[in-house]
Parts: sequence; structure tokens; C-alpha cells
Amino acid sequence: MLGKSESRTILEQALGYSWADQTEAVLLSEDSSLTRFANSIIHQNVAETNAELRIRAVFGKKVGVAVTNNLSPDSVKQVVESAASMAMLQEENADFMSLPGPRPVPEVKAFVDRTATCGPEERARIVGVVCRKAKDKGLSAAGALETGQREIAVANSLGIFAYHPSTLASISTVIAAENSTGYADFLSSDVAAIDAEALADEAIDKALRSRNPVSVEPGEYEVILEEYAANDILDFLVETGFSALAVQEGRSFMCNKFGQAIVDGGVSIWDDGLDTSGLPIPFDFEGVPKQKVTMIDRGIARDVVYDSYTAGRVGKESTGHALPAPNPEGPMPTNMFFASGDASIEQMLRGVRRGIWVTRFWYTRTVHPLTVIVTGMTRDGSFLIENGEITQPIKNMRFTQGYLEALRNVEMIGATTKLQRSWFGGNRVPALKIAKWNFSSATEY
Amino acid sequence: MKQLASRALDLAVARGASYADLRIARREDQIIVVKDGKVEALSSAESQGFGVRVIADGAWGFAASSQVNAREMERVTELALQIARASSQVKERDVDIGEPFSIVDVYQTPVQIDPFAVPLEQKIDALLAADAAMRRVKGIKVTEASFEALKEEVTFASSEGSYIEQRLIETGGGIEATAVGEDEVQKRSYPNSFGRHQGKAGYEFFEAMRLTENGERIADEAVGLLTAKQCPSGITTLILDATQLALQVHESCGHPVELDRVFGTEASYAGTSFLTPDMLGKFRYGSDHVNIVADATAPGGLGTFGYDDEGVPARRTPIIANGIFTGYLTSRETASRLGHKSNGCARADGWNRIPLVRMTNINLEPGQWKLDDLIADTDDGIFMQTNKSWSIDDKRLNFQFGTEIAWEIKKGRLGEMLKNATYSGITYEFWRGCDAVCDASHWRVWGTPNCGKGQPVQTARVGHGTAPARFRGVRVGLIK
Repeated sequence: MLGKSESRTILEQALGYSWADQTEAVLLSEDSSLTRFANSIIHQNVAETNAELRIRAVFGKKVGVAVTNNLSPDSVKQVVESAASMAMLQEENADFMSLPGPRPVPEVKAFVDRTATCGPEERARIVGVVCRKAKDKGLSAAGALETGQREIAVANSLGIFAYHPSTLASISTVIAAENSTGYADFLSSDVAAIDAEALADEAIDKALRSRNPVSVEPGEYEVILEEYAANDILDFLVETGFSALAVQEGRSFMCNKFGQAIVDGGVSIWDDGLDTSGLPIPFDFEGVPKQKVTMIDRGIARDVVYDSYTAGRVGKESTGHALPAPNPEGPMPTNMFFASGDASIEQMLRGVRRGIWVTRFWYTRTVHPLTVIVTGMTRDGSFLIENGEITQPIKNMRFTQGYLEALRNVEMIGATTKLQRSWFGGNRVPALKIAKWNFSSATEY
Repeated sequence: MKQLASRALDLAVARGASYADLRIARREDQIIVVKDGKVEALSSAESQGFGVRVIADGAWGFAASSQVNAREMERVTELALQIARASSQVKERDVDIGEPFSIVDVYQTPVQIDPFAVPLEQKIDALLAADAAMRRVKGIKVTEASFEALKEEVTFASSEGSYIEQRLIETGGGIEATAVGEDEVQKRSYPNSFGRHQGKAGYEFFEAMRLTENGERIADEAVGLLTAKQCPSGITTLILDATQLALQVHESCGHPVELDRVFGTEASYAGTSFLTPDMLGKFRYGSDHVNIVADATAPGGLGTFGYDDEGVPARRTPIIANGIFTGYLTSRETASRLGHKSNGCARADGWNRIPLVRMTNINLEPGQWKLDDLIADTDDGIFMQTNKSWSIDDKRLNFQFGTEIAWEIKKGRLGEMLKNATYSGITYEFWRGCDAVCDASHWRVWGTPNCGKGQPVQTARVGHGTAPARFRGVRVGLIK
């Protein structure tokens, strides 16, 4: 890892080489390792050291970007020249206003030393616990344990300098019996927070309870979605609707709905880059401090996230949600929260006459973006609920379901939330009980 | 370079590795995106580094770094050995990669025009012209045209004596038009969806796409889709265009034949496969019309190369012959478990990733039909074009695909345009329903540049040769 001082030196060196009207330099460095296991052995085990310098050069309203992971002085000079020459070739982009100016950036602690220094022997020990527990039950364990440290440093010619180091420890496992599987995962900045015994127990219990699944007819069912499954709903709302660019292009479900109820009144969703219960990062890839943005407040559509480009188009200030340039996909939230409710699992089960318990979804894809209709499969533990009790495991099913419609039919929200990985960072989500869910077909296992 | 490689491999062997290989790679990527008449993204990215893979104490270790120098190679080699020894704490048997071999060679993608030598202005002008053609159509809200060129120089060296240098070049591009109505958003793409069509070829590949000539047509179709009829639900005859069929082959034929999935090593992420080894040579995957090969030698295919990332020569392997499942995609380790030799499908996404079993070009061989004749021969059905959504279960059985556009077929003729078309099925039932494949005049290798697999995730760039084909008894239209 480079550290704050060396990162700053490289960024200042890059800015010093530039003759553009405005220049931005972003340094992303990582030192990460991943131990992967399957059939209860470690079969892939890797480590990587990398650092990438991204230069955005601006001449008037012409913008060019160049990237390198060679940080030698000659290479830094060359990448600056490359970004500048790319910008010079462009037509002016009238919508581009300026790179952002400096604003105070708070510090957020997201770095844990013992995660940064976690070695292959410690990862093997943790993975060994999961594999041993699975084998003791005659089951097979697969999964991955990742530990690593990352740095992001941003500087621009208008005076921005921001630096944030972080660590990540992530483990997931799929435990397989003869005709069933169970799943568990855990995510934290602290590797010591991983409880390998508990993680294995959760997945083993699910695999054992899922043995000999039966078929049920596709159709509309009441569902209880564990946090793993509920996370998928939040991910798709982020992807399709919470970016200012999606609104400006008319392809977001938030279009023309601000101030109106779009989902059940129990649903509140926001992004907060400073909340350390998620995966915090205090500024974006332009060095702009992250503002807390509430997208849905008690069912009402409220706001979306902006970067400097989309904000400049409509005379607003960036909310600090830029992704690395160039970014035709627009700004995105990276530390999302779905408000917990007050329901326990027992309360959720109570009153379900005939419903389905879903551990997790898989291979979910948008079928219709404006209404957030998504298709995908259940995986790693689905169960039939009858008269308030889980009665038997069922084979996996495909669903085709409008996620907004599902959130209009939320009956209960779990009292606790679980940190999950998202496409752009982290999500904290509760379990959900939903009155209607459309299962469209079945598979063979 | 050779000296650097030798030092690292010698060190690995001296410290107890029973096998070691090293890849030093440099990748250069140029991307241009024109959106709504403006150059939205213009970027050049360079990534270089090396990765050392070893077997020590009977287990794998891999480490990689972006700093290509002798001192860092020594550190990374030592780290790979340390990781391998940690892996050996949780193993049941020693890794077996089969018989040793060595190859010394140089390979280069054949190109007519180096895409990096073409002036940027020329590429931007081509995209702006295509973008303008789409924007001339009233009702279009967003237009996008993109170009990508990629160059990768890879040196592979192994402790068995192989030393292979490859220079691989890709070029691609595409256009998209999005129309927005009151309660509807519809997009059309050309020549393929998800940004671009890509091949291992030069700038001539991009020029042959004729983006500008197709801009107005796809924009018209996007606007037309806003008020088009909803695709009906039911069981019907389905004709797929070549691009949608390419993704169907990818998901329901390419992935299930990856032997690492069969052995469960992707169980935690990409999933496994229904295609167990006892089915090899016996299982009826599809009708007699279904002939599929894995062909890493196909000219222009995105999955074409000289050698895979274990130094195994590119080759053509039968996968499904006259409907019968006949072969897997393999690496050295997975093939040796079946007593076979690798068929050259171990591919890594850059210097910082290990080789996994990946597709090359998984091609459905052409049949005998002209598309017009096939439609004329279809009394009642639906013709679907260009993928919009895709999903399949983790054993690759139950799938559902959506396409950007579809057309009714009534009494042998294309009828009304249909929107939000989807179809679904079970892999082998679907392929057994194939009763016609169009001929070589309709056939080309389509690039799929975004195939995800592995942890850390790797993106493979693979190809699929397809021509339109017809399927009987398919369930269509499920959208609520």
C-alpha cells in the first residue's frame, strides 16, 4: 500500500505535469487476498498488489481520461499527456460545467490493522473451520474468504485533496448435501468479527433442513425473504432508479413521482457515506464529500444522487456520488440502508396460510427497467410455509416479479438488518414479508 | 523478459515448487462513447503486471503485482509459495495437472488495420455520424454509440520449459437508441446489445458493422416499440435471430460444459452443472440439428487465441454432435481427473487472475435453411431479436430470456411488432425442440465481452458462432 503521504506525492506530481485548464488525479490502490474452497478443500488461493492512477484533463468543456497502473515518473507524465491529448481532440460538451472545488471532508474510520495484515495461514485456519464442520456432518463446503486493504486518494487542480484507507473482510459459503444446499455470508472491515463456527452452523442447518425438496406449483405466494434475498430488491432499485442520470434520461421509476407514494409507508431507503455500520467512504471519486440522501421516506419518493456533471446540468450541488470518470452510467449510491421494522421471524411466520420462505435469489436480471420487473431463481434453501409453520423444503423456482410492486405489498419488515455486498459498495437490509410474489416456473432440483 | 521469468521460475522450483508458471501481461484499452451527439467518454487505459502460480506441498498458490521488476518478482514468488503451503493445510489430495510439456512460440492476432493506428478523430467521426442517424428519428430520448480497441501482450513461461509470447488485438463497437413514452421505455441496439459487438480483429471489423446505415432503422424500431403490442403468453414456435441465439448457446451450452463447474469448484459463485461425467457420449442434449464445437481457432472470434493461459495450443473440440453431448471444456487439472489432456480452455482475465476453465468460441454449426424460407415455412410463431435480459439457474437448466424486439409470424410471414418478449424453458428440452438452423450465409461469430465467473470475479471475452434457428413448443411471454 502507498499510504497518505506517497499517494499525495504521486497525485501532486501528476497535477504538476498537466497544462490543462483543470486536472483531476485519482489513485486507487489495493492489496487483496482471497482463499477459495470447494469440495471442503482450498482449491484456489490468490493475492494481488495493484495501484491505478486515473487522470481527467479538461480544456474548456473538453474532457479526456487516461489510466495507468505504472506509477514510474515517466509513466505518470505520459498518462497526463495522454489524457490531455484525448481532451484536445474532443468537441465541446456544453453540459460539462467544471470539476468540483474543495469542500471539507470528514474522516471516517474504516481501516482495521489486523484485517490488513491477515495472512494466508489465518485465512486457511478460518476456512478450515467451515470445511471441518461440513465434513463432520457428511456435507461438502464451498465458498470464499477475502481480506484486503484499499486506498482512494483524489486531488484536483482546484485544490481538492482527499484520502481514505479501508479494509474489508468477507466470507461466504454454500454447504451442499446430496440434494440440497445452504448458504451464509458475513461482511465487515474487521476479520476478527468473522465467526466461522456460527457461519458454518447457519449454512449447515439450512442444507440439512433442505434435504429431499418437493415440487410446488408455480404461482402467486406470500413470501418471507431473508436479508440475502431482500438485498436483491435494494440492488435493483439502486441500479434502475436512484441515479440522477436515470431521472434526467427518463428511465427511472422516480421520474415524475417525487413527493408521491411509490411503495408501502413502512419503507424508507437512504444512502449515508459516513455510517460505519455499512461500508463507509466519506467522499466520492471526484473528492466531493458524501451527503446523506434519502431516496424513499416512509414510502414517498424523495431524492436521487448526483455527481458534479448531473448536478451541473440542473443547477444543483453534487451529493458526492460520482463514480470514476469516464462514467456514462451516472452517479450511484454506495452505502445504502433499508430501514428496519419491528417484526421478529416468529411474527412474520404467524398468519401465513400457504407461503414460501426464500433464503436467497440468484442470477436476477431486469426484464423491464421502468417498473423494475426482475426475473431470477431461488437458491440454497427454499421452504413451504403452511399455517404459520415451515413444513417442508421445496425445489428451486423462477420468479418474474415487479420489485416496486413487491414493496407496495410489504406486510412486515424485520427488526434487524444485515450488511450485504452491493454492486457499488454495501447495503444494510432487513428481512421482508411480502403479500404476493409471482413464481413463474420450476426447475428440477 | 526471458531472464526475469527464468529467475522467478528457478526460485520457485528451488524453494520446493513441483510446478510453476509466470505470466507477464500488458493490456491497453481504448474506449470512446458518444452519447446524445456529444463525446461522453474518451479514455485510454493501460494495465501491466505479472502473476506467479505455483504448486507446492501438493496445493496451489498464486500472487500477482503491478510492479514488474526483479525484486518484486522475488517477493511475489515467495508469497505464492507461502500461499500454496497454506492451501495445503486444507487439502485431501495433491494437485495433478497431467503430463508435462513445453512449447516455445509466438502468436499474433491477424489484423488488416491496427485499431490503435487509426486516428482518434476518424473513430469519433464515425460514432458521431451513427449517433446523428439515430437522433434524426422523432421520439428518441437517448442515443449512444461506442468503440473499443484492446491490445494485450502476454508472455507465458513455465517450469516445464514453455515460453510463449502472444499479441492479441480486439476491436468492437455498437449503437443504442432509447425511446421514452409516458409509461414505457424501450431500447434497440445494433449489431448486438450491451454496448457493442467485439472480435479478435482489426479496425476493418468495426468498419464492416456499418453503424450509420443502421442507425435510423433501430431508432425507428425503438419508437415503434413504445406502442407495440405486448408479446402474448403461451406455447408456440420460436425463431431466434443469431445474436439472441449466441447468448442462448452461451448460457445453456457453454457454461454447463465447463468441467470445473461439473466438479463443483464454482459451487459457491457461478454454480455447478447438470452435465455429470456419466452423461458424456450418451446424453441427448438436443435434436440431430444441434452440432456445437468449441473452436479457439475461429477467425475473428472474440475467444480466438494461439495458446490458452496454461500454454496449451488453441484447438477445435466437438461439444455436441448430432444432438449428443460429446465433450467438456477443460484445463490441465480438470482434464487429468477424467484421464484426458486439456483441450486448451484455461483462460485468465489479465495478469492478476488465475486461469479458470472458460469458453473460447462455442459455435453452433450452420444448417441448411435461408431465414426467409424458415419464416415462410412457419405457420404460426414468434421471431425474437437481440437480447435484453437473461437468467438461468445455477445448474444451467431453467432459463428465461427477454429480447429487445419480436415479431409475430402468421402463415409464413412476419406480422406485427411485439414488445417485452420473453421465453423460457429447460435447457435440454429446448434444444431437443430445435428443428432447423440457418445456413452459413447467415452465420457469424458474435462476441460476448462480459462473461463473469470466479472469485475474485473475472470477465472473459468469448465468442459464439450462430445463425438463426427454429424451436418448437416454447413457452413465451410471462411479463406481468
